[in-house]
Amino acid sequence: MATRGFTGRRTPDDHAARTPPGQALTTDFPVLSAGPTPKIALADWSFTLKVGPRPVAKWSWEEFSALPRTSYVRDIHCVTTWSKLDTAWEGVLIDDVLAAVGLAPPTGFTLAHGFDGYTTNVPTADLVGGKAMIATAYDGAPLTPDHGGPARLLVPHLYFWKSAKWVSGLQFTERDEAGFWELRGYHMYGDPWREQRYDDDA
Amino acid sequence: MSLADAPRISGWRSATIVEAAPLTPRVKRVVLGLDPPLRFRAGQHVDLRLTAPDGYQARRSYSIASGPETPDRLELAIEKLDDGEVSPFFHEVAEVGDAIDLRGPIGGHFVWSVEDGGPLLLIGAGSGVAPLMSMVRHRAARGDRTPAALLLGARTAAEAPYREELLALAAADPSLGILFLLSRESAHGPFDRAGRVDAASVRAATAGWPGPARHVFVCGSNAFVNAAAEAALSGGAPPGSVRTERYGG
Ligand SMILES: Cc1cc2nc3c(=O)[nH]c(=O)nc-3n(C[C@H](O)[C@H](O)[C@H](O)COP(=O)(O)OP(=O)(O)OC[C@H]3O[C@@H](n4cnc5c(N)ncnc54)[C@H](O)[C@@H]3O)c2cc1C
Repeated sequence: MATRGFTGRRTPDDHAARTPPGQALTTDFPVLSAGPTPKIALADWSFTLKVGPRPVAKWSWEEFSALPRTSYVRDIHCVTTWSKLDTAWEGVLIDDVLAAVGLAPPTGFTLAHGFDGYTTNVPTADLVGGKAMIATAYDGAPLTPDHGGPARLLVPHLYFWKSAKWVSGLQFTERDEAGFWELRGYHMYGDPWREQRYDDDA
Repeated sequence: MSLADAPRISGWRSATIVEAAPLTPRVKRVVLGLDPPLRFRAGQHVDLRLTAPDGYQARRSYSIASGPETPDRLELAIEKLDDGEVSPFFHEVAEVGDAIDLRGPIGGHFVWSVEDGGPLLLIGAGSGVAPLMSMVRHRAARGDRTPAALLLGARTAAEAPYREELLALAAADPSLGILFLLSRESAHGPFDRAGRVDAASVRAATAGWPGPARHVFVCGSNAFVNAAAEAALSGGAPPGSVRTERYGG
Protein backbone atom coordinates (compact mmCIF):
# COMPACT_ATOMS: atom_id res chain seq x y z
CA MET A 1 0.00 0.00 0.00
CA ALA A 2 1.27 3.47 -0.78
CA THR A 3 2.50 5.69 2.04
CA ARG A 4 0.33 8.81 2.27
CA GLY A 5 2.08 11.82 0.73
CA PHE A 6 5.27 10.05 -0.39
CA THR A 7 6.38 10.48 -3.98
CA GLY A 8 10.09 9.70 -3.65
CA ARG A 9 13.19 10.76 -5.45
CA ARG A 10 13.84 8.50 -8.42
CA THR A 11 17.08 7.25 -9.77
CA PRO A 12 17.66 8.98 -13.13
CA ASP A 13 16.66 6.61 -15.98
CA ASP A 14 20.19 6.35 -17.35
CA HIS A 15 21.35 4.86 -14.05
CA ALA A 16 18.25 2.91 -13.04
CA ALA A 17 19.41 -0.34 -14.68
CA ARG A 18 22.57 -0.24 -12.57
CA THR A 19 20.83 0.46 -9.26
CA PRO A 20 19.59 -2.64 -7.40
CA PRO A 21 16.12 -2.62 -5.79
CA GLY A 22 15.84 -0.55 -2.61
CA GLN A 23 19.11 1.31 -3.27
CA ALA A 24 19.69 5.04 -3.81
CA LEU A 25 22.72 6.49 -5.56
CA THR A 26 25.21 8.58 -3.65
CA THR A 27 28.24 10.52 -4.80
CA ASP A 28 29.75 10.53 -1.28
CA PHE A 29 31.50 7.51 0.13
CA PRO A 30 29.78 6.82 3.48
CA VAL A 31 31.71 4.92 6.16
CA LEU A 32 30.21 2.11 8.26
CA SER A 33 32.11 -0.10 10.67
CA ALA A 34 31.48 -1.75 14.01
CA GLY A 35 34.34 -0.24 16.01
CA PRO A 36 36.99 2.47 16.03
CA THR A 37 39.13 2.76 12.90
CA PRO A 38 42.30 0.75 13.58
CA LYS A 39 45.68 2.25 12.71
CA ILE A 40 47.79 -0.38 11.05
CA ALA A 41 51.44 0.47 10.30
CA LEU A 42 52.67 -1.07 7.05
CA ALA A 43 55.58 -2.60 9.03
CA ASP A 44 53.05 -4.52 11.13
CA TRP A 45 50.83 -5.50 8.22
CA SER A 46 50.70 -9.04 6.91
CA PHE A 47 48.37 -11.15 4.83
CA THR A 48 47.85 -14.84 5.57
CA LEU A 49 46.17 -17.60 3.56
CA LYS A 50 44.82 -20.53 5.55
CA VAL A 51 43.23 -23.79 4.53
CA GLY A 52 41.06 -24.67 7.49
CA PRO A 53 43.18 -23.95 10.58
CA ARG A 54 46.47 -24.40 8.68
CA PRO A 55 48.42 -21.33 7.41
CA VAL A 56 49.72 -22.01 3.89
CA ALA A 57 51.22 -18.63 2.94
CA LYS A 58 52.02 -15.28 4.50
CA TRP A 59 53.13 -12.00 2.95
CA SER A 60 54.62 -8.83 4.41
CA TRP A 61 53.49 -5.50 2.93
CA GLU A 62 56.61 -5.40 0.78
CA GLU A 63 56.12 -8.94 -0.49
CA PHE A 64 52.42 -8.36 -1.13
CA SER A 65 53.20 -5.18 -3.07
CA ALA A 66 55.32 -7.23 -5.46
CA LEU A 67 52.34 -9.36 -6.59
CA PRO A 68 50.74 -8.56 -9.98
CA ARG A 69 48.38 -5.60 -9.73
CA THR A 70 44.99 -5.08 -11.36
CA SER A 71 42.74 -2.04 -11.66
CA TYR A 72 39.03 -2.10 -12.27
CA VAL A 73 35.97 0.13 -12.05
CA ARG A 74 32.85 -1.26 -10.38
CA ASP A 75 29.53 -0.23 -8.84
CA ILE A 76 29.25 -0.89 -5.09
CA HIS A 77 26.14 -1.41 -2.95
CA CYS A 78 25.87 -1.00 0.83
CA VAL A 79 23.10 -2.77 2.75
CA THR A 80 22.23 0.58 4.38
CA THR A 81 20.75 1.45 0.93
CA TRP A 82 23.40 3.57 -0.76
CA SER A 83 24.98 2.55 -4.04
CA LYS A 84 27.92 4.25 -5.68
CA LEU A 85 28.61 3.87 -9.39
CA ASP A 86 31.97 3.67 -11.14
CA THR A 87 34.30 3.32 -8.17
CA ALA A 88 37.94 2.81 -9.23
CA TRP A 89 40.04 0.26 -7.36
CA GLU A 90 43.50 -1.16 -7.59
CA GLY A 91 44.96 -4.19 -5.86
CA VAL A 92 45.77 -7.85 -6.24
CA LEU A 93 43.12 -10.21 -7.63
CA ILE A 94 42.41 -13.24 -5.45
CA ASP A 95 43.31 -15.26 -8.58
CA ASP A 96 46.80 -13.76 -8.45
CA VAL A 97 47.14 -14.34 -4.70
CA LEU A 98 46.33 -18.02 -5.26
CA ALA A 99 48.58 -18.26 -8.34
CA ALA A 100 51.50 -16.80 -6.36
CA VAL A 101 51.48 -19.91 -4.16
CA GLY A 102 50.37 -22.34 -6.87
CA LEU A 103 47.09 -23.04 -5.14
CA ALA A 104 43.79 -23.95 -6.82
CA PRO A 105 40.72 -22.88 -4.80
CA PRO A 106 40.99 -25.50 -2.04
CA THR A 107 37.40 -25.45 -0.68
CA GLY A 108 34.01 -24.05 -1.62
CA PHE A 109 33.84 -21.37 1.06
CA THR A 110 36.04 -18.62 2.41
CA LEU A 111 36.06 -16.63 5.62
CA ALA A 112 37.79 -13.25 5.34
CA HIS A 113 39.47 -11.96 8.51
CA GLY A 114 40.23 -8.37 9.50
CA PHE A 115 42.84 -6.93 11.89
CA ASP A 116 39.93 -5.68 14.02
CA GLY A 117 38.61 -9.22 14.52
CA TYR A 118 35.92 -8.79 11.86
CA THR A 119 35.00 -11.80 9.74
CA THR A 120 32.72 -12.34 6.76
CA ASN A 121 31.96 -15.38 4.63
CA VAL A 122 31.95 -15.53 0.83
CA PRO A 123 31.68 -18.57 -1.46
CA THR A 124 35.11 -19.11 -2.99
CA ALA A 125 33.59 -19.02 -6.49
CA ASP A 126 32.65 -15.38 -5.86
CA LEU A 127 36.28 -14.46 -5.14
CA VAL A 128 37.95 -15.95 -8.23
CA GLY A 129 37.56 -15.47 -11.97
CA GLY A 130 38.58 -11.79 -11.79
CA LYS A 131 35.68 -10.91 -9.49
CA ALA A 132 37.39 -9.98 -6.21
CA MET A 133 40.62 -8.42 -5.08
CA ILE A 134 42.63 -7.34 -2.08
CA ALA A 135 42.35 -3.60 -2.76
CA THR A 136 45.10 -1.25 -1.65
CA ALA A 137 44.13 1.87 -3.61
CA TYR A 138 40.87 3.70 -4.27
CA ASP A 139 40.45 6.46 -6.84
CA GLY A 140 44.17 6.57 -7.55
CA ALA A 141 45.37 7.00 -3.95
CA PRO A 142 46.35 4.58 -1.17
CA LEU A 143 43.26 3.29 0.62
CA THR A 144 42.59 5.45 3.71
CA PRO A 145 42.07 3.79 7.13
CA ASP A 146 38.38 4.85 7.18
CA HIS A 147 37.76 2.86 4.02
CA GLY A 148 39.72 -0.17 5.19
CA GLY A 149 43.35 0.76 4.43
CA PRO A 150 46.05 -0.39 4.13
CA ALA A 151 44.08 -3.17 2.39
CA ARG A 152 40.51 -4.42 2.21
CA LEU A 153 38.80 -7.31 0.52
CA LEU A 154 36.70 -6.07 -2.39
CA VAL A 155 33.79 -8.21 -3.63
CA PRO A 156 31.84 -5.51 -5.45
CA HIS A 157 28.97 -7.69 -6.68
CA LEU A 158 27.86 -8.51 -3.11
CA TYR A 159 26.62 -6.09 -0.40
CA PHE A 160 29.59 -4.13 0.84
CA TRP A 161 29.80 -5.68 4.33
CA LYS A 162 31.30 -8.68 2.49
CA SER A 163 34.23 -6.46 1.43
CA ALA A 164 36.05 -6.81 4.77
CA LYS A 165 38.03 -3.73 5.79
CA TRP A 166 41.56 -3.97 7.26
CA VAL A 167 41.82 -7.47 5.83
CA SER A 168 44.48 -9.67 7.40
CA GLY A 169 43.84 -12.92 5.58
CA LEU A 170 41.57 -15.40 3.87
CA GLN A 171 40.68 -18.77 5.33
CA PHE A 172 39.30 -21.49 3.09
CA THR A 173 36.66 -23.53 4.90
CA GLU A 174 34.82 -26.76 4.11
CA ARG A 175 31.49 -25.39 5.32
CA ASP A 176 29.88 -21.97 4.90
CA GLU A 177 30.83 -20.46 8.29
CA ALA A 178 28.85 -17.36 9.29
CA GLY A 179 30.96 -14.23 9.86
CA PHE A 180 30.44 -11.23 12.16
CA TRP A 181 27.26 -9.74 10.66
CA GLU A 182 26.03 -13.08 9.34
CA LEU A 183 25.90 -14.29 12.97
CA ARG A 184 23.87 -11.18 13.77
CA GLY A 185 20.99 -11.66 11.37
CA TYR A 186 22.51 -10.63 8.04
CA HIS A 187 22.30 -12.79 4.93
CA MET A 188 24.86 -15.55 4.29
CA TYR A 189 25.29 -14.57 0.60
CA GLY A 190 24.18 -10.92 0.24
CA ASP A 191 23.28 -10.44 -3.43
CA PRO A 192 22.05 -6.82 -3.82
CA TRP A 193 20.08 -7.69 -6.99
CA ARG A 194 18.01 -10.17 -4.98
CA GLU A 195 17.89 -7.85 -1.93
CA GLN A 196 19.46 -10.49 0.31
CA ARG A 197 19.87 -8.19 3.33
CA TYR A 198 18.73 -10.30 6.28
CA ASP A 199 18.88 -14.01 6.94
CA ASP A 200 15.28 -14.79 5.99
CA ASP A 201 15.46 -12.96 2.64
CA ALA A 202 15.17 -15.59 -0.12
CA MET B 1 22.05 -13.25 26.17
CA SER B 2 23.74 -15.28 23.45
CA LEU B 3 23.50 -14.43 19.78
CA ALA B 4 21.15 -17.36 19.26
CA ASP B 5 18.59 -15.87 21.69
CA ALA B 6 18.49 -12.50 19.90
CA PRO B 7 15.04 -11.53 18.61
CA ARG B 8 14.57 -12.49 14.97
CA ILE B 9 14.17 -9.87 12.25
CA SER B 10 10.51 -9.60 11.25
CA GLY B 11 9.22 -9.48 7.72
CA TRP B 12 7.67 -6.16 6.59
CA ARG B 13 4.81 -5.20 8.87
CA SER B 14 2.73 -2.11 9.28
CA ALA B 15 3.09 0.40 12.13
CA THR B 16 1.05 3.52 12.85
CA ILE B 17 2.45 6.90 13.79
CA VAL B 18 0.92 7.65 17.20
CA GLU B 19 3.00 10.72 18.11
CA ALA B 20 5.17 13.16 16.17
CA ALA B 21 6.78 16.28 17.61
CA PRO B 22 10.07 18.17 17.37
CA LEU B 23 12.79 17.25 19.88
CA THR B 24 15.06 20.01 18.60
CA PRO B 25 14.85 22.23 15.49
CA ARG B 26 16.47 19.47 13.42
CA VAL B 27 15.42 16.25 15.16
CA LYS B 28 11.86 14.96 15.25
CA ARG B 29 10.50 12.40 17.64
CA VAL B 30 8.27 9.88 15.86
CA VAL B 31 6.49 7.21 17.90
CA LEU B 32 5.24 4.13 16.07
CA GLY B 33 2.44 2.06 17.55
CA LEU B 34 2.87 -1.70 17.04
CA ASP B 35 0.33 -4.47 17.49
CA PRO B 36 1.66 -7.08 18.13
CA PRO B 37 4.67 -5.50 19.86
CA LEU B 38 8.24 -5.80 18.53
CA ARG B 39 10.72 -7.35 20.98
CA PHE B 40 14.18 -5.81 20.67
CA ARG B 41 17.36 -5.05 22.60
CA ALA B 42 18.49 -1.54 23.51
CA GLY B 43 20.72 -0.25 20.70
CA GLN B 44 19.02 -2.05 17.81
CA HIS B 45 17.41 -0.35 14.81
CA VAL B 46 14.51 -0.87 12.44
CA ASP B 47 14.22 -0.37 8.71
CA LEU B 48 11.36 1.85 7.55
CA ARG B 49 9.97 1.65 4.03
CA LEU B 50 7.99 4.29 2.17
CA THR B 51 5.99 3.44 -0.96
CA ALA B 52 4.95 5.88 -3.69
CA PRO B 53 1.63 5.47 -5.56
CA ASP B 54 3.41 3.85 -8.53
CA GLY B 55 5.11 1.25 -6.31
CA TYR B 56 8.51 2.96 -6.03
CA GLN B 57 9.99 2.36 -2.57
CA ALA B 58 12.68 3.90 -0.36
CA ARG B 59 13.96 2.36 2.85
CA ARG B 60 16.26 3.63 5.59
CA SER B 61 17.46 2.50 9.02
CA TYR B 62 16.49 4.26 12.26
CA SER B 63 17.68 3.39 15.75
CA ILE B 64 15.07 2.74 18.42
CA ALA B 65 15.24 5.44 21.12
CA SER B 66 12.64 3.97 23.46
CA GLY B 67 13.49 1.19 25.89
CA PRO B 68 12.75 -2.52 25.30
CA GLU B 69 10.22 -2.30 28.14
CA THR B 70 7.68 -0.60 25.83
CA PRO B 71 7.77 -2.86 22.74
CA ASP B 72 4.36 -1.65 21.51
CA ARG B 73 5.56 1.96 21.15
CA LEU B 74 8.81 2.44 19.27
CA GLU B 75 10.21 5.93 19.50
CA LEU B 76 12.55 7.14 16.76
CA ALA B 77 14.58 10.37 16.63
CA ILE B 78 14.84 11.43 12.99
CA GLU B 79 17.24 14.18 11.98
CA LYS B 80 16.41 16.21 8.90
CA LEU B 81 18.90 16.12 6.03
CA ASP B 82 17.77 18.92 3.74
CA ASP B 83 18.69 17.14 0.53
CA GLY B 84 17.50 13.76 1.77
CA GLU B 85 14.70 11.57 0.46
CA VAL B 86 13.28 9.94 3.59
CA SER B 87 14.13 12.15 6.58
CA PRO B 88 12.42 15.30 5.16
CA PHE B 89 9.29 13.20 4.60
CA PHE B 90 9.09 12.56 8.34
CA HIS B 91 9.64 16.25 9.09
CA GLU B 92 7.31 17.76 6.50
CA VAL B 93 4.69 15.21 5.48
CA ALA B 94 4.18 12.42 8.03
CA GLU B 95 1.39 12.87 10.57
CA VAL B 96 -0.18 11.00 13.44
CA GLY B 97 -2.39 8.23 12.02
CA ASP B 98 -0.18 7.47 9.00
CA ALA B 99 0.79 3.85 8.34
CA ILE B 100 4.50 3.11 7.85
CA ASP B 101 6.08 -0.24 6.86
CA LEU B 102 8.70 -1.47 9.26
CA ARG B 103 11.09 -4.39 9.59
CA GLY B 104 13.24 -5.33 12.55
CA PRO B 105 14.80 -5.41 15.01
CA ILE B 106 18.17 -5.31 13.26
CA GLY B 107 21.74 -5.27 14.56
CA GLY B 108 23.22 -7.58 17.16
CA HIS B 109 26.46 -5.75 17.95
CA PHE B 110 25.60 -2.24 19.12
CA VAL B 111 23.41 -3.57 21.96
CA TRP B 112 23.47 -3.42 25.72
CA SER B 113 21.33 -4.98 28.47
CA VAL B 114 21.68 -4.55 32.23
CA GLU B 115 22.93 -8.17 32.31
CA ASP B 116 26.01 -7.02 30.36
CA GLY B 117 27.11 -4.84 33.29
CA GLY B 118 29.49 -1.91 33.21
CA PRO B 119 30.83 0.65 33.75
CA LEU B 120 28.99 1.90 30.70
CA LEU B 121 30.21 4.86 28.65
CA LEU B 122 27.83 6.31 26.04
CA ILE B 123 28.86 9.03 23.60
CA GLY B 124 26.63 10.55 20.93
CA ALA B 125 25.71 13.61 18.93
CA GLY B 126 22.62 14.66 16.98
CA SER B 127 20.22 11.80 16.29
CA GLY B 128 23.09 9.50 17.31
CA VAL B 129 21.75 9.84 20.83
CA ALA B 130 18.79 7.60 19.88
CA PRO B 131 20.23 4.12 20.61
CA LEU B 132 22.01 5.49 23.71
CA MET B 133 18.68 6.83 24.95
CA SER B 134 17.24 3.32 24.62
CA MET B 135 20.07 1.97 26.80
CA VAL B 136 19.62 4.70 29.42
CA ARG B 137 15.86 4.20 29.52
CA HIS B 138 16.28 0.43 29.75
CA ARG B 139 18.70 0.87 32.65
CA ALA B 140 16.30 3.22 34.44
CA ALA B 141 13.24 1.02 33.84
CA ARG B 142 15.08 -1.92 35.39
CA GLY B 143 16.19 0.17 38.39
CA ASP B 144 19.76 -0.74 37.48
CA ARG B 145 22.66 1.17 39.10
CA THR B 146 25.51 0.13 36.84
CA PRO B 147 27.92 3.10 36.79
CA ALA B 148 27.11 4.89 33.55
CA ALA B 149 28.09 8.14 31.85
CA LEU B 150 26.52 9.77 28.82
CA LEU B 151 28.43 12.42 26.87
CA LEU B 152 26.40 14.32 24.31
CA GLY B 153 27.84 16.68 21.77
CA ALA B 154 25.62 19.53 20.53
CA ARG B 155 26.12 23.05 19.28
CA THR B 156 23.81 24.57 21.88
CA ALA B 157 21.70 23.22 24.75
CA ALA B 158 18.55 23.78 22.66
CA GLU B 159 19.97 21.50 19.96
CA ALA B 160 20.61 18.59 22.36
CA PRO B 161 17.78 16.03 22.10
CA TYR B 162 16.30 14.68 25.35
CA ARG B 163 18.11 17.21 27.52
CA GLU B 164 15.31 17.64 30.08
CA GLU B 165 14.62 13.92 30.39
CA LEU B 166 18.32 13.14 30.81
CA LEU B 167 18.82 15.80 33.45
CA ALA B 168 15.83 14.44 35.36
CA LEU B 169 17.16 10.87 35.12
CA ALA B 170 20.59 11.95 36.37
CA ALA B 171 19.07 13.97 39.23
CA ALA B 172 17.26 10.84 40.42
CA ASP B 173 20.24 8.51 40.00
CA PRO B 174 23.73 9.41 41.27
CA SER B 175 25.24 6.42 39.40
CA LEU B 176 24.31 8.06 36.07
CA GLY B 177 26.55 10.93 34.91
CA ILE B 178 25.45 13.28 32.13
CA LEU B 179 27.73 15.73 30.37
CA PHE B 180 26.70 17.97 27.47
CA LEU B 181 29.56 19.23 25.33
CA LEU B 182 28.41 22.50 23.81
CA SER B 183 30.50 23.69 20.88
CA ARG B 184 28.81 27.06 20.27
CA GLU B 185 27.58 28.13 23.68
CA SER B 186 28.93 28.42 27.20
CA ALA B 187 27.87 26.10 30.01
CA HIS B 188 24.44 26.52 31.64
CA GLY B 189 25.31 24.41 34.68
CA PRO B 190 27.56 21.68 36.08
CA PHE B 191 26.28 19.15 33.53
CA ASP B 192 27.57 21.29 30.64
CA ARG B 193 31.05 21.93 29.33
CA ALA B 194 32.02 24.23 26.51
CA GLY B 195 33.86 22.43 23.75
CA ARG B 196 33.78 19.05 22.05
CA VAL B 197 34.03 15.44 23.19
CA ASP B 198 37.71 14.92 24.01
CA ALA B 199 39.87 12.82 26.34
CA ALA B 200 39.55 15.39 29.16
CA SER B 201 35.74 15.35 29.05
CA VAL B 202 35.74 11.55 28.98
CA ARG B 203 38.00 11.54 32.07
CA ALA B 204 35.78 14.12 33.79
CA ALA B 205 32.62 12.10 33.13
CA THR B 206 34.13 8.83 34.33
CA ALA B 207 36.21 10.17 37.26
CA GLY B 208 34.24 8.50 40.08
CA TRP B 209 34.26 5.02 38.57
CA PRO B 210 35.76 1.97 40.29
CA GLY B 211 37.59 1.01 37.09
CA PRO B 212 37.79 1.63 33.35
CA ALA B 213 34.76 1.44 31.08
CA ARG B 214 33.74 -2.10 30.21
CA HIS B 215 31.34 -1.19 27.41
CA VAL B 216 31.63 1.94 25.28
CA PHE B 217 29.03 2.86 22.65
CA VAL B 218 29.67 5.73 20.26
CA CYS B 219 27.02 6.88 17.77
CA GLY B 220 26.57 9.71 15.29
CA SER B 221 28.04 10.89 11.99
CA ASN B 222 31.23 9.21 10.85
CA ALA B 223 33.36 12.27 11.62
CA PHE B 224 31.91 12.53 15.13
CA VAL B 225 32.33 8.80 15.76
CA ASN B 226 35.99 8.85 14.72
CA ALA B 227 36.76 11.78 17.03
CA ALA B 228 34.71 10.45 19.94
CA ALA B 229 36.08 6.88 19.71
CA GLU B 230 39.58 8.37 19.76
CA ALA B 231 38.62 10.49 22.81
CA ALA B 232 37.26 7.43 24.62
CA LEU B 233 40.45 5.46 23.99
CA SER B 234 42.80 8.25 25.03
CA GLY B 235 40.49 9.03 27.97
CA GLY B 236 41.14 5.54 29.37
CA ALA B 237 38.69 3.14 27.69
CA PRO B 238 40.40 -0.19 26.95
CA PRO B 239 40.88 -1.02 23.26
CA GLY B 240 38.26 -3.61 22.37
CA SER B 241 35.62 -2.00 24.61
CA VAL B 242 34.48 0.49 21.96
CA ARG B 243 31.55 -0.25 19.66
CA THR B 244 30.44 2.25 17.04
CA GLU B 245 27.33 2.98 14.99
CA ARG B 246 27.89 5.37 12.09
CA TYR B 247 24.92 7.05 10.47
CA GLY B 248 26.84 8.22 7.43
CA GLY B 249 29.14 10.89 6.08
C1 LIG C 1 22.19 1.53 11.62
C2 LIG C 1 21.71 2.92 11.29
C3 LIG C 1 20.90 3.58 12.18
C4 LIG C 1 20.46 4.88 11.91
N1 LIG C 1 19.69 5.53 12.84
C5 LIG C 1 19.29 6.78 12.60
C6 LIG C 1 18.52 7.51 13.57
O1 LIG C 1 18.21 7.00 14.66
N2 LIG C 1 18.14 8.78 13.29
C7 LIG C 1 18.49 9.37 12.09
O2 LIG C 1 18.10 10.53 11.88
N3 LIG C 1 19.21 8.72 11.16
C8 LIG C 1 19.60 7.45 11.38
N4 LIG C 1 20.34 6.78 10.42
C9 LIG C 1 20.54 7.41 9.11
C10 LIG C 1 19.31 7.14 8.22
O3 LIG C 1 19.23 5.75 7.94
C11 LIG C 1 19.35 7.87 6.87
O4 LIG C 1 20.59 7.63 6.26
C12 LIG C 1 19.15 9.35 7.02
O5 LIG C 1 17.88 9.62 7.62
C13 LIG C 1 19.22 10.04 5.66
O6 LIG C 1 18.22 9.53 4.82
P1 LIG C 1 17.55 10.48 3.72
O7 LIG C 1 16.72 9.60 2.86
O8 LIG C 1 16.90 11.64 4.36
O9 LIG C 1 18.79 11.03 2.93
P2 LIG C 1 19.37 10.43 1.57
O10 LIG C 1 18.45 10.79 0.47
O11 LIG C 1 19.65 9.00 1.78
O12 LIG C 1 20.74 11.18 1.42
C14 LIG C 1 21.04 12.46 1.92
C15 LIG C 1 22.50 12.73 1.75
O13 LIG C 1 23.28 11.81 2.54
C16 LIG C 1 24.05 10.97 1.69
N5 LIG C 1 23.82 9.62 2.20
C17 LIG C 1 22.86 8.74 1.88
N6 LIG C 1 22.93 7.62 2.61
C18 LIG C 1 23.98 7.78 3.41
C19 LIG C 1 24.57 6.97 4.41
N7 LIG C 1 24.13 5.76 4.78
N8 LIG C 1 25.64 7.47 5.03
C20 LIG C 1 26.11 8.69 4.70
N9 LIG C 1 25.59 9.49 3.79
C21 LIG C 1 24.54 9.05 3.15
C22 LIG C 1 23.56 11.15 0.30
O14 LIG C 1 24.61 11.06 -0.63
C23 LIG C 1 22.98 12.55 0.35
O15 LIG C 1 23.97 13.50 0.12
C24 LIG C 1 20.82 5.50 10.69
C25 LIG C 1 21.63 4.82 9.78
C26 LIG C 1 22.09 3.56 10.06
C27 LIG C 1 22.97 2.87 9.07
